[in-house]
Amino acid sequence: MTIELPLAARPAEPGQQSVIKLAVLAVGGQGGGVLTNWIEALARSQGYSAQATSVAGVAQRTGATIYYIEMAPGSVAQPVFSLAPAPGDVDVMIAAEMMEAGRAILRGFVTPDRTTLIASIHRALAVSEKMVPGDGIANADEVRAAAETAARKLVMADMDSAAVRAGSVISASLFGALAGSGALPFPRSAFEKAIRASGKGVEASLRAFAAGFDLAEQGERPEAAPAMEAPAEPQGPGKTLRAWNALAARVSQLPAAVQEMAVPGLRKVADFQDTAYGAEYLDRLQGVLDRDSADLGYELSREAAKYIANAMVYDDVIRVADLKTRSSRFGRIESQMGSQDKLMTLTDYLHPRAEEIAGLLPARLGARVESSPKWMARLDRLFNKGRRIRTDSLRGFLMLYLLGGLRGWRRRSLRHAQEQAHLDQWLDAALGHLPQCYGMAIEVIRCRRLIKGYSDTHARGHSKFDKVMQGARMVATREDGPQWVARLREAALQDETGAALDGALKTIRSFAA
Amino acid sequence: MAERSFKAEVEHLRKGAGSTFTGEGILAITKALLENGVGYVGGYQGAPISHLMDVLADAEELLGELGVRYEANASEAAAAAMLAASVHYPIRGAVTFKGSVGVNVASDALANLASSGVTGGALVIVGEDYGEGSSIMQERSYAFAMKSQFWLLDPRPNLPSIVKSVGDGFALSEASNTPVMLMVRIRSCHVTGSFECRGNLHPPLTVRDALSNPQRDFNRVVLPPMSYQHEQDKIENRWPAAEKYILDNGLNERFGPKQGKAGLICLGGMYNSVIRALQRLGLADLSGNTEVPLYVMNVAYPLVQSDLLDFCEGKDAVLMVEEGQPEFIEQQLGAMLFKAGSQTKLEGKGIFPKAGEYTGQVMMDGLDDFFRKYAAHLLPGQVRAPNAPAPEIPDLSQTVPIRPPGFCTGCPERPIFASMKLVEQELGKHQISADIGCHLFAALPPFEIGGQTMGYGLGPASNAAFDGGGKKRAISILGDGGFWHNGLSSSIGNMVFNKSDSVAIIVDNYYSAATGGQDIPSSRAKNASKSTNNPITKALEGAGVKWIRQIDRTYDVTRMRATIREALTTDYDGPKVIVASSECMLNRQRREKPQRNKAIKDGARMEIPRFGVDEDVCTGDHACIRLSGCPSLSLKKLDDPLRDDPVAHIDQSCVGCGNCGEVADAAILCPSFYEARVVHNPSGLERWAAGLRSRVILWLQTRRAARRLTFDGTASGRIAQ
Repeated sequence: MTIELPLAARPAEPGQQSVIKLAVLAVGGQGGGVLTNWIEALARSQGYSAQATSVAGVAQRTGATIYYIEMAPGSVAQPVFSLAPAPGDVDVMIAAEMMEAGRAILRGFVTPDRTTLIASIHRALAVSEKMVPGDGIANADEVRAAAETAARKLVMADMDSAAVRAGSVISASLFGALAGSGALPFPRSAFEKAIRASGKGVEASLRAFAAGFDLAEQGERPEAAPAMEAPAEPQGPGKTLRAWNALAARVSQLPAAVQEMAVPGLRKVADFQDTAYGAEYLDRLQGVLDRDSADLGYELSREAAKYIANAMVYDDVIRVADLKTRSSRFGRIESQMGSQDKLMTLTDYLHPRAEEIAGLLPARLGARVESSPKWMARLDRLFNKGRRIRTDSLRGFLMLYLLGGLRGWRRRSLRHAQEQAHLDQWLDAALGHLPQCYGMAIEVIRCRRLIKGYSDTHARGHSKFDKVMQGARMVATREDGPQWVARLREAALQDETGAALDGALKTIRSFAA
Repeated sequence: MAERSFKAEVEHLRKGAGSTFTGEGILAITKALLENGVGYVGGYQGAPISHLMDVLADAEELLGELGVRYEANASEAAAAAMLAASVHYPIRGAVTFKGSVGVNVASDALANLASSGVTGGALVIVGEDYGEGSSIMQERSYAFAMKSQFWLLDPRPNLPSIVKSVGDGFALSEASNTPVMLMVRIRSCHVTGSFECRGNLHPPLTVRDALSNPQRDFNRVVLPPMSYQHEQDKIENRWPAAEKYILDNGLNERFGPKQGKAGLICLGGMYNSVIRALQRLGLADLSGNTEVPLYVMNVAYPLVQSDLLDFCEGKDAVLMVEEGQPEFIEQQLGAMLFKAGSQTKLEGKGIFPKAGEYTGQVMMDGLDDFFRKYAAHLLPGQVRAPNAPAPEIPDLSQTVPIRPPGFCTGCPERPIFASMKLVEQELGKHQISADIGCHLFAALPPFEIGGQTMGYGLGPASNAAFDGGGKKRAISILGDGGFWHNGLSSSIGNMVFNKSDSVAIIVDNYYSAATGGQDIPSSRAKNASKSTNNPITKALEGAGVKWIRQIDRTYDVTRMRATIREALTTDYDGPKVIVASSECMLNRQRREKPQRNKAIKDGARMEIPRFGVDEDVCTGDHACIRLSGCPSLSLKKLDDPLRDDPVAHIDQSCVGCGNCGEVADAAILCPSFYEARVVHNPSGLERWAAGLRSRVILWLQTRRAARRLTFDGTASGRIAQ
């Protein structure tokens, strides 16, 4: 489908052409009203007649909102302005967010014959994008491509960051971009006067205005290409470092494509446990590599390098406690909260269940406890409770610190045994497709992506994983088997309940039965 | 305290004769009321006239000076009933509410008012919430004017015309002893512009004076036999009087040439859209000078037959530009032309779509079709045969996500619906009826709670069929605004009287929040001219509810869930009502933020909470978002080749309400959430203790880091010193 553009009505008389029609498409709460007031005041100050309209009300509560302004030179006697933008009849379109720019194009408000599109490329994700269990974020590149075709003139930059850096909000940087775009026949000083006249947060607004103006005039300066940050050299006691160096040497022998995943993989695994665990990782990877082939670009090993690392680094109580007590975490939070020169308290929201406690027990004892409802109920009574841990206090910190220190114990725990068993089963299943069906092996490896989350979500991930594996067995011998597995995996990531996955499985059963 | 303050703008309402007023339509209407000597004003808030109520509230001082009584009515029905003051007394009164739901609620009072007839001018200002951006069912207020026979003005959408129509409305009302409804469309309410002021007028007779000298005229009471006489009076006297006034004073306007084979008839409110379409078709200039005969009905009801027939005389065709359906005017006009034996062809619906808004495109397409059919010679060649092919623009309909309105950041209603969703996961789906208000957003993802809404305050009433109970209990939602509007009697009273075995949840956010945060009887704010702080629970007790649970912090998801669970499973078989109270975050931030910033500046100790997600603990399954949907809880793509899915991320806009942490706890989601409180201006002792703590913590961290491999290159984090 293409958007049908309206009749190319370009009336002959000059009166109509001297009207400037400007629309602002924003997300409720972005300050579209302020921007509108500025534009209107600006036009009036320059001797223009101007009219603005908006639809307030509930649409402003985080929904898409539209503001509309028309202006004409004072020489036009009593102009009759429209109260709403019409497709194909907008001169300046300001979109305060990337998908709102897309919406403006979709609604026909951006046309190649006339429209200057000023859009901020930052994203305010819609609920529908965020709630997907996988990656539901809309494709901004498609909007950019459409904008390049649809707009007569295009100003696209991250106006939100520009404003935040200036200590202001996006309405100011967009107003600057409007000035910088040259779409309105008014000098820069007149724009700035409009901001000054409004009298609120003037200095910050003017800074953001200048930033927006520069972005429109000069475009987004390519950020100084972040010097391919060589990952910081690992540090540690001598013996450990020597062991690490040996592992690093092993990784460097791997094919380049595999290394790309194996290097971060190895770091992740060694960070999670120790160098011996890292060695196990490389052994497992070697097992895959031995059955892989250079002709196929080692794609299987590359994927395995990624997902074996993820599988080996499971999220147990020890890991969470370890991550939560690291100094790097404290530093990160401080910089995020901007609290460097102030005090900060830190409360972690934890809620352990009997399962987590049982998982910490020695494998055999843990298994017995887990199979005894009575014991599990007892553990639940003791531990299953929402806990607010003040990690900045000594007491709270020590508790997590001690838990995080159980790394040496981890390999003996029930959870570890379960994770290892599952990992082996999965890897065997994947490699079982070799050598006949290389594609199936890759797709099965990738299904590891489905296992994530904690507690119920984790369990749901497992059940989806099982379902997909079941589906994979049904299509194992088909030529399009790999595509079907990929499709199942994507379906599993589409919704929480697995409705899409069940639908896809039903389809498979209909032809595989 | 309303969401938007008009204190500054209200000063413009004092402007005297000769000065120019520049501003929003809503303010212009207020000014016009004062210029026309209004004696009392009132109404009920709701888009698009919420701001009119807010302006009146902010202008109370000025109204007092002029001797004008302002009442924030309990409902639209109450507002319409207030116009009774103009029945016996020569006092001008005006009330405002939104259409068409406002006229629905007010229809009983409006019908009685119309039957009685009025002595003083009675004006109902209706904000017609139709078309894009509307929040209600799409209907027209027009039907109410027809059925009760009061007059309906629909002025051209510019400030001078709107202001003039206020005066016209009062005068027309008095000339015909009939209440008048002034309709302003959704965008006209917020349209900006200028008009020349006149001085404000004291009402010739104030309501206070009237009280000292009570009047009654038995003939105006709606009782047989007078009610029969009222009907006759409407037709025999009031209608002709109205027609005469409209004609004598030229309330309807004509533009363009007198001659012309094809003419347009439009409602005043549609005038600008019509002119814009004519401009684009090359048939009008920017000032509205047009080559097409145009009849503009600033009075939408009644139609002045003689005037309309005169306009149609000698024309091959006229096009009725009437948005929405049914096409009441077109039907009346058709009957007129037919009965008069006219040869003029009437076009309208058919050329225009039967339903839906007349957007710029629809209007231009419609006029284009009409002129091609009846006056093709008028159209410039370029319009008739455009030579530029329309460029192809990539389709984004599959790319751009929908963005309906939703709960604001930190909204206290979110945890209520998260709790309900969690209860549903335990006990299964329930029959849930929603109500009008922000809480209706729960019907959207991620909550998807509530299947129907029958009207303001009618949530529990709309579950009445299920009051007998069953294996599962029905749940209904009611807002505090709806509770005081209509819910106490129609919903709660109904539940008590019928021994309803169901659950009602009252969402108490301290304001009529969806309409812009106006105060209501249970608001916690101190309001100089209104009685607030009347607890909902007391009203419930008074109405006879025995099972009441008051929750003072909705963010406590665990407690909220337990209470809902209890209500659904208790043995008690009477009505169960949960009052879930926490302040609307939008209003709370507006109130607290400036105070807080000032306190910090003044050196006071202050903790500012904000939530965060540990990105290395978060696994990217987004379960938290499916139970929250908070705008500040978003996603972030990590720069990590091993991670496929974006992780949860809380941005700067977080207000620290705690919902996400509470949900993660109650639903046992994950341990990723933390609350960081930045302490501004801590005491010396506090600093010292924090320094000590952080040194011990740092020592422990360094100790552990020294015994293992570390990859982040940092060992120097600190938390509080």
